[in-house]
Amino acid sequence: MNSSRTMAMDASTDPAVNEAVRNRTPVWRRRKTTYNYLALIPFVAFALFPLYIILITSIKSDQEIANLGQTPFWATGMTVDNYVYLAEKTAFFEDWLINTIIVSVASTVISVSIGILAAYALARLKFKGVEVFGIAVFVTYLVPQPLLFIPLIDVINFIDDIVPIRDTYWSLIITYPTFLTPFVIWLLLGYFKTIPVEVEECAYLDGCSRLGALRRVVLPMAMPGIICAVLFAFTLSWNEFLYSLVFIQAQEAKTIGVGVFTELIRGDVYYWGSLMAACFAGTIPIVVLYSFFMDYYVSGLTSGAIK
Amino acid sequence: MEAVERTRHDLIRPPARPVLRVLRKMAGPDIDGYGFIMPAAFIMIALVVYPFCLAVYFSLSDAFIGEESQFIGIENFEYIITEDDIFLITIRNTLLFAFFSVVFKIVLGMAAALLLLKALRLKKFLRGSLLIPFVAPTALTTLGWWLIFDPTYSHINWILENVWPFYALGIGPYHWLGDPDLALYTCIFVNIWRGLPFFIITILAGLVSIPEHLYEAADIDGATAWDKFWKIAVPLLRPILAIIILFSTIFTLADFNIVFVLTRGGPINSTHLFATYSYVTGISNHEIGLGAAISLFLFPILVMIVIGLLRLVRRDTSYEL
Repeated sequence: MNSSRTMAMDASTDPAVNEAVRNRTPVWRRRKTTYNYLALIPFVAFALFPLYIILITSIKSDQEIANLGQTPFWATGMTVDNYVYLAEKTAFFEDWLINTIIVSVASTVISVSIGILAAYALARLKFKGVEVFGIAVFVTYLVPQPLLFIPLIDVINFIDDIVPIRDTYWSLIITYPTFLTPFVIWLLLGYFKTIPVEVEECAYLDGCSRLGALRRVVLPMAMPGIICAVLFAFTLSWNEFLYSLVFIQAQEAKTIGVGVFTELIRGDVYYWGSLMAACFAGTIPIVVLYSFFMDYYVSGLTSGAIK
Repeated sequence: MEAVERTRHDLIRPPARPVLRVLRKMAGPDIDGYGFIMPAAFIMIALVVYPFCLAVYFSLSDAFIGEESQFIGIENFEYIITEDDIFLITIRNTLLFAFFSVVFKIVLGMAAALLLLKALRLKKFLRGSLLIPFVAPTALTTLGWWLIFDPTYSHINWILENVWPFYALGIGPYHWLGDPDLALYTCIFVNIWRGLPFFIITILAGLVSIPEHLYEAADIDGATAWDKFWKIAVPLLRPILAIIILFSTIFTLADFNIVFVLTRGGPINSTHLFATYSYVTGISNHEIGLGAAISLFLFPILVMIVIGLLRLVRRDTSYEL
C-alpha cells in the first residue's frame, strides 16, 4: 500500500491543471461550486470559533469583558494589558513556556531517535521475535494514558530515589516517550518501507556499515517522514495535559496547559482577559508551526489511519 | 519477490565468523536487529508493561497514598460494580460519549470532505483552518469553550437572548455546564469539535484515492450523484471508515482533557468518564487501588478494539494479495 501516502496529495497540486479544469468548467457547474464554498463556511467558522473568542477576549479590558450589554464577539478598545499581566505577575513566560519548550524538544529528540532505530529494524531486518515486537508496538500505541498515570507515579518515585526527578520536568521527559515512541515507530515504518532495498545494498557495496547506510542513505530519503514524526511528537508533547497535571505540583516546574489551568483559575472571580491571553499565547506557537508544515501534518494524519 | 531480494542482500553481507554464523542460524540473519529495537523495547517494558502490571496489582490492593498496601483480591472491582453509583453513571456517559461523538463526526466529516473535494481554490486555507482544532492544545482551546459556555458570559446564551429569531422564540439561557442533564452533551459537543478534523482529512484522503473512471463509468450507466455516493464512495471508503471509527472510539473512551477542564466530572458527578473518575478517585481522594481498578475497566474494551483493528488490517492485506 505504498500509494497510501500519495493519497493525501491531490491530483490538482499542479496550478496548470487547476487552470485547465477551471477554463473547461461550464457556467452551471461554476455556480454549483459557489454553493459548495458557501456550504463550507459554517465548518470553517465552527473550527475557528473558540480561537477567535480566545483572541478577542484576550485583547479586551476587564471592564469591557464585564459589560454584559455589549456584544461579546467584538472588542471596541484594544489593550495588551492582559499579556503584560501575564508576563509580570505570572510564571507564564518565565517558567511554564520555557518548561514546555524544554520538555517538548527533549522528548521529541528522544522518541524520534529511538523510533528511527526501531522502525528501521521492523521495516528491514529479519530476526526472531521481530513480528512480536511489531505487534507489541501497535498495542502500546493504543494503550491510553489514563491507564498508566497512577502506576507511573510509583515508577517516578522509584527513579527519584536514584536521581531526583520528582516534581521537575525530567519526570515528563522520561514519561512522554511512552506514548510518543510507538506512534513515531508506526509512522516511520511506512516511510522506511517505501525506500527500495537496492539503494541500501549499493551503500553496503561501497563499504558502509549498517548504521552508516541508515545515516547516509535511508535517513535522507525518509526525510519527509522524519519531519512528520518530529512535528507530531513535538505537538503531542506540547499539548500533553494529564501526565503533567499528575506528576508536577511545583509552580515553577509546570508546563503551559497545567500552569494555566491550576494557577490562573482561582477562586470564584475569573480573570477572563489574562486567562484567554494565556490560552492564546500557549496555542499560537503550535498553530504557527503547523501553518508552515501543514502538508506534513496532513500526510502524517492520513498515513496513520490508512495503512 | 521478497526471496530474491533477501538472497541479494545475503550476498553483500560480510562473511561471518563461526560463532556469529551459529547465532544467525538461531536468531535469524540480522542479529544486530536486537540492538536496534533495544531502546524502544526498554521504554515499552519499563514504562508501559511494568506500570500496567503495577496497575493490576494496585487494583487488587487497598493502596492509599502514603500507606502500606495490602492485597485484598477483587474487592475493589466488586465494590465498583455493585455499590458505586458514580461508576454506573461513568459507564453510561462513556457509551453516550462514544456513540454521539462518532456518529456526528462521521456525518459532519463526510459532508465536509465531500465539499472540500470539490473546492479546488483556497484548498490550503480551507484545509488548514479546518484542521486547527486537532493540532491546537486541547486543554487551552477547551478553556476557550469554557468561557463560551460560562453561565455569566456565555456567548451562546448571548446569541439566544439578543439575536433574532432566537430571542423571539424565548429559548435559553441555559446552564450549559451547570445543568447535570446538559453538561455531558456540552462535553460531547466540544469533543466533536476537537475530533472532527481527523475525520474530515482522513475521509478526504480516502475520497481522493477513489479512481475517477469508476464515476465516469457510473455516469455512462446514468447514475445520479446519490447513487454514486452510496454505491461507489461509501463501499470503497468502508475500510477507512472502520479504522477511523475504531481509532476515534479509543481516544474518545480515554478522553480526559475536555471533560476535566470543562466540568472536572461535575456537576454532581454527571459527566465522569473512566479517566476523570479514576483521576478524582486515585489522585484527589488518594484511593490509588480504587482509581487503578476504575481505569483498568478501559482495558477489556481496548483489547476488543485492538483485536477488531488487527483483524481489519489482516483482512485488508489478504484482499490485496
